[in-house]
Amino acid sequence: MNWPETFRTGAEAVQAHRLRSILTMLGIIIGVSSVILTVGLGQGAQDEVKSQIDSLGSNLLVVSPGSTTSSSGVRGGFGSASTLTLSDAEAIDDASVVPDVARVAPVTSSSVSLVNGTTNWTTTLVGSTVDWLDVRSRTLSAGRFYTAAEVDSSAPVVVLGSDTASELFPGSAVGQTVTVNGSALTVIGVLESSGSSSSETSQDDTAVTPLGTATSLTGATGTSISSIYVEGAAEQTLGAAYQEINALLLNLHGVATTDADFTITSQEALIETANSTNRTLTVLLGGVAGISLLVGGIGVMNIMLVSVTERIREIGLRKALGATPRSIRRQFLVEASMLGLAGGVVGVLIAVLGAAVLPGLIDQPVSLSLLATGAALLTSLALGIGFGVYPASRAARLTPIQALRSE
Amino acid sequence: MTAIIELSDVWKSYETGAMSVHALRGIDARIDEGEYVAVIGPSGSGKSTLMNILGCLDVPTSGEYHLAGEDVSTMTEAELAEVRNRRIGFVFQQFNLLASMPAWRNVELPLVYAGVPRHERRERALATLARVGLAERADHKPGELSGGQQQRVAVARALVTEPALILADEPTGNLDSDSTTDVLELFDELSALGRTIVLITHEHDVAARADRQLVVRDGQITSPVGAA
Repeated sequence: MNWPETFRTGAEAVQAHRLRSILTMLGIIIGVSSVILTVGLGQGAQDEVKSQIDSLGSNLLVVSPGSTTSSSGVRGGFGSASTLTLSDAEAIDDASVVPDVARVAPVTSSSVSLVNGTTNWTTTLVGSTVDWLDVRSRTLSAGRFYTAAEVDSSAPVVVLGSDTASELFPGSAVGQTVTVNGSALTVIGVLESSGSSSSETSQDDTAVTPLGTATSLTGATGTSISSIYVEGAAEQTLGAAYQEINALLLNLHGVATTDADFTITSQEALIETANSTNRTLTVLLGGVAGISLLVGGIGVMNIMLVSVTERIREIGLRKALGATPRSIRRQFLVEASMLGLAGGVVGVLIAVLGAAVLPGLIDQPVSLSLLATGAALLTSLALGIGFGVYPASRAARLTPIQALRSE
Repeated sequence: MTAIIELSDVWKSYETGAMSVHALRGIDARIDEGEYVAVIGPSGSGKSTLMNILGCLDVPTSGEYHLAGEDVSTMTEAELAEVRNRRIGFVFQQFNLLASMPAWRNVELPLVYAGVPRHERRERALATLARVGLAERADHKPGELSGGQQQRVAVARALVTEPALILADEPTGNLDSDSTTDVLELFDELSALGRTIVLITHEHDVAARADRQLVVRDGQITSPVGAA
């Protein structure tokens, strides 16, 4: 019997026992669709993290005070005893020393209460330079950002985050006045919502003022700053920028690499950290789904064994009519792999459907990966073949007399 | 006359524990082309074992079996499958039709294993069905046919490869008397057309229709071997 005949016979056998074939495939269907969906959910979560972090600004490096070392925890202090100063930021801004840097935004941040009449709202007051807007990839929905002149003169102006603005002012915020620690600030603009839904690091609940304004409002003395946002000249040279800043600051602070009192974080590192958690979860869930796929394969073997027993007379007849052991083995192998592959295809369809429906239900993005889909399909085929081998060889080994005599 | 079947000193033994049971004890037989031979004997006589060996479903423990000139007593399973396909048409007591397939698909089955192309298979299957008088039943499934019709489909399946030998194992065992007559008349016709038929039965009136009878008893042939 040639291959096309074998496939036709296999398809007929699968069709002849439709309900049983579907039940057999169920294990594979569930396995394949859950593998694809878990990997899709993991991928979706990773994509979301990436887009969240990307929304902080592209090719961004963040220099923060203190450093984490493997043995002694955090060195240096945050806030009150910041080891970063404005002069560090100015040094980084020097193109001759750090050529791979495009923009530098030194930032102070502190928690303050904004007051509008009787409304009181606690938020993060960010003091920075005009480059902040570009470095953080933000845009304005109303009004304008402060100018370099306003930074130089530490003008009493503030740009509010969209959430902050709507909390304090029911109508338009631009042109209104808020009071911070007794000083009045004019609202000159409102930031466009960043669209990021992460509640902990809300990008939309903030107030941005010129650096000097923030320092005087919070009563901070000296030139300490909370962090320095650095935008690399290009994504490819971000590594170089990292090295340049590192060397510069080590030199300025007069410390050795092992005693560094600052930390430079790239977006990539943030993404990496977030993703490694996601990846662990995905591998775990995918593993569980993979096991169900394996169980599905065992189901195929079980049914194929039943099928061999049930069709023992058919096997005997086919042998009497001239089927060689090899063609019988092939017939049952093809049948098993068809069950596997059909289960895989249905599983993929369900996964595609699930990927379309699920995000609406659980508020989690699902991105289908072609690789996972292909791998799941191949696995289901391999399971069909792998678990079909034993039943098929049992069928092939039957002698025609045994098979014909059985009732 | 050319011999279709030549058995010389064929033994078949089965080992059951320490004992060995001799189902066939030195069978010598010759059946020529065009003969219609009935193999008759009570159950336990070795009749079924003989039928298995004649049908190349089993090989003798010792002795030689030539089928249409070929020594089949030492063939492998795959070779035997090919010989069965090419040389032998089986008719079984239980019909052994595949219930999910229409009559013509059952008839073409041996041609599938012979590697005959699809369209030719259908033509030959339909022609053979017409020959057994079932042309208009070609698309019926076995379940929609009477016992006699089913057995005629099985005969058509046995004929479709134009085999050297038609081997019928109790072909009327499951049929009522009308259908029995029906099927036996078909065998008579085939015999008249020059087919070689070996019919295994335990019914004397069925055996009586054959040209010659081989009586098997205790693993040996007790009647004259005939044209040896």
